[in-house]
Amino acid sequence: MLKNRIIPCLDVKDGRVVKGINFVELKDAGDPVEQAKIYSDGGADEICFLDITASNENRETIIDIVRKTAKECFVPLTVGGGVRTIQNITDLLLAGADKVSINTAAVKNVDFVKEASKKFGSQCIVVAVDAKKVSDNKWEVFTHGGRNKTGIDAVEFAKKVEENGAGEILLTSMDKDGTKSGYDVDLLKSITNNTNIPVIASGGVGTLDHLYDGIVKGGASAVLAASIFHYGKYKIKDAKEYLNSKNVSVRL
Amino acid sequence: MNVTIVDYQSGNISSVINSFTEVAKGKVNLEVTSDVNKIKSCDKIVLPGQGSFKSCVDSLNQIKGLVDTLKEFAIINKKPLLGICVGLQMFADIGYEEAETKGLGWISGKVSKIDNQKGKFKLPHIGWNEIEIQKESKIFKDIKNKSHMYFVHSYEFIPEDKSVISAITNYSSKIVCSVERDNLFGTQFHPEKSDKIGLKVIDNFLKL
Repeated sequence: MLKNRIIPCLDVKDGRVVKGINFVELKDAGDPVEQAKIYSDGGADEICFLDITASNENRETIIDIVRKTAKECFVPLTVGGGVRTIQNITDLLLAGADKVSINTAAVKNVDFVKEASKKFGSQCIVVAVDAKKVSDNKWEVFTHGGRNKTGIDAVEFAKKVEENGAGEILLTSMDKDGTKSGYDVDLLKSITNNTNIPVIASGGVGTLDHLYDGIVKGGASAVLAASIFHYGKYKIKDAKEYLNSKNVSVRL
Repeated sequence: MNVTIVDYQSGNISSVINSFTEVAKGKVNLEVTSDVNKIKSCDKIVLPGQGSFKSCVDSLNQIKGLVDTLKEFAIINKKPLLGICVGLQMFADIGYEEAETKGLGWISGKVSKIDNQKGKFKLPHIGWNEIEIQKESKIFKDIKNKSHMYFVHSYEFIPEDKSVISAITNYSSKIVCSVERDNLFGTQFHPEKSDKIGLKVIDNFLKL
């Protein structure tokens, strides 16, 4: 039976972790490679890096981090943030990433998703959809970290990226992100019911119960979380044992 | 011992290189190449494969003499070869991804889309699933039945001769996840991404 995945996400800026683990055992709390290794040794099913570096000059640093991480972590590694061109994808994959996550570039031009999945295979193309609720059961796609409205319906967009070869959708609720009040389960349900590719739930996790809701109520194939793991509140193992105790199948 | 990872522009093989490098450290000489002469003279071959069946077969065929060399190595001389993901799928006679495409024909059978029961199961089949070992296999030495391996694929290999199947996994149906015949090995899952247990599979192959 296929297991539900738990994916810790690390936000990286200019080569340093900005939202990361606060464990005492860390020699250098800002080192993404060291943090990724802790997660991978702790049983993370995948690792996700989100590069929030603003300037283009510092793009090289994420490549270097991916290169070092890939030599030490032997679970899938997804990298997102600033992926705009085929060359960006090539660089990340050559450095050792297994998947890339495309956000703004997919909204601007869905053909980019098609081109990328044709060239590299759907298995490594994740489309990150940032959605905000606009009315009852209606969500709109936003870009640039939730700042820019696009007028595009989130469910329609999800279907479109699936048609264009996306292998997975990383769905973030902009209303819930950072609130620790749980995923937007209705949004999740709308997307998972209307697409046939795996959906990774993101945005809003504050307790282990929220992970359960994302999978069982929302229909997500994987759950992504940042802060509940970073600050040492829970370890990956705690999350898995909790889910297992509630009959949600995970890799123990 | 010299082990070759065949680099035939089949997409992303960085992870394969990284994990084999990790396991081979100080024990095995590892080379990543498409040089037919080097491939001929090595002791073991790893044949990775990402993207579609068609794109992988097309890429293999673009390198002059490569297909014949691989066949001579693995089928005629029966030297160890491990195919990973589409690398395994290409063992088949025929594949149906993108377009009907002729495979290597080393193990009779076809590669077709996983029946996801009209959308009841998501595709691709992505994530960790348990392997159910069907027969004793050299690459599963010291690996427990029901170990978790990492999968990412939408197509499955259906061999005619079921005796080649060394493990299956349960998704929308029972999916072939590894084959073994003589010294020919293939895994549908990605040992290079399957954590420590995956590295063990690689170690077993390198120790053959």
